[in-house]
Amino acid sequence: MMLEYTEKIRKTAKKLLEDGKVDVFIGYKKGSVAMMNEPVLITNPDHVDLLYWDSNCGLNLCNYLTGRTDRVGIVANGCNSRNIVTHIVENQIKRDQLYIVGIPCKGMIDHRAVQRAVKQREILEINEEGDGFTVKGMGFEETFEKKNYLQGNCAVCTHRNPVEYDEMIAEPVEEQEGVEAYRDVEKIEEMEPGKKWGFFTRLIERCIRCYACRNACPLCYCPTCFVDESQPQWVGKSSDPTDTMTFHLLRAYHCAGRCTDCGACERVCPMGISMRQFTKKLNKDSLDLFSWEAGLTLDQRPPLDVYRPDDYNDFIK
Amino acid sequence: MKGLFEHIGIEPGRLQFSWISSAEATKFVEVARAVAKEVKALGPAGHLIKRRAEVA
Repeated sequence: MMLEYTEKIRKTAKKLLEDGKVDVFIGYKKGSVAMMNEPVLITNPDHVDLLYWDSNCGLNLCNYLTGRTDRVGIVANGCNSRNIVTHIVENQIKRDQLYIVGIPCKGMIDHRAVQRAVKQREILEINEEGDGFTVKGMGFEETFEKKNYLQGNCAVCTHRNPVEYDEMIAEPVEEQEGVEAYRDVEKIEEMEPGKKWGFFTRLIERCIRCYACRNACPLCYCPTCFVDESQPQWVGKSSDPTDTMTFHLLRAYHCAGRCTDCGACERVCPMGISMRQFTKKLNKDSLDLFSWEAGLTLDQRPPLDVYRPDDYNDFIK
Repeated sequence: MKGLFEHIGIEPGRLQFSWISSAEATKFVEVARAVAKEVKALGPAGHLIKRRAEVA
């Protein structure tokens, strides 16, 4: 199935570029390291064979759309398409500049979980077949079921099919029913304040403030990020626990009502920190208080963008 | 705002919001008193405080 997708993406990209319908096509290519597919921008129709698709396309391509003025072809699964919608709603790109090649998605593989499963031995190759995948390295070869190795966000995803597209590469896949998307958040909500603090302090303890999570996030497109500003300096640049907590808190707030839980932040973290715990709480609040999930429609302004007399305001005395 | 702060373990009551018009002096006093009372009961803040480096 994955090879089929790849073939179709290549064919579509070639046609779009040859017909002059787009100036650039944005997709994924195989990474130099196994399980790490890279974004690729293609302008020459002869180079479309670089394009690739499998369950290691976890980076969010929407990062490459911000502020573009040319016509762009782009592949988009569920979450990426929701980020494209968010980009359009936030005036970062225009819908008529885009040709969206929709990809029904059954989730991305959690490379860390696979790495743990093979006892941290170096994986040199990964091949998918049906609902499983095989990893190979020096002196080992192991096969796993994909559903047991999904990224955390993919396991609880309820928007696997693109919401906005010009053409679909295949028939839509079945959406997951009955997932408890916010069970982890609820568990924390049940804790005492002291325990909550302990949980989040330990969560970000290892953070080295490399800002990979910010860089991978398609929502983070400010010309100068607050963490990089020095006049005024909003947050200390040290790895002091308070500075680190401030960074994570503010990063999350900047994503409030905008995050599609694409999981790129967690995927790229070199320390394996689960910073989705911050954004997920805000996603849950958006859903509970505003019945809002980001990027599902071009026709509605996000809740933090508009005032309604019946907006939730119980927190104001 | 309040939701995530309390979610990470800032005590409920530590962070409060109110909307008071410049014409509502009485409300201002009431709210300020109530907030001060609640925060005093919680004691000194322990989280999100950056201390100066202790130099021996």
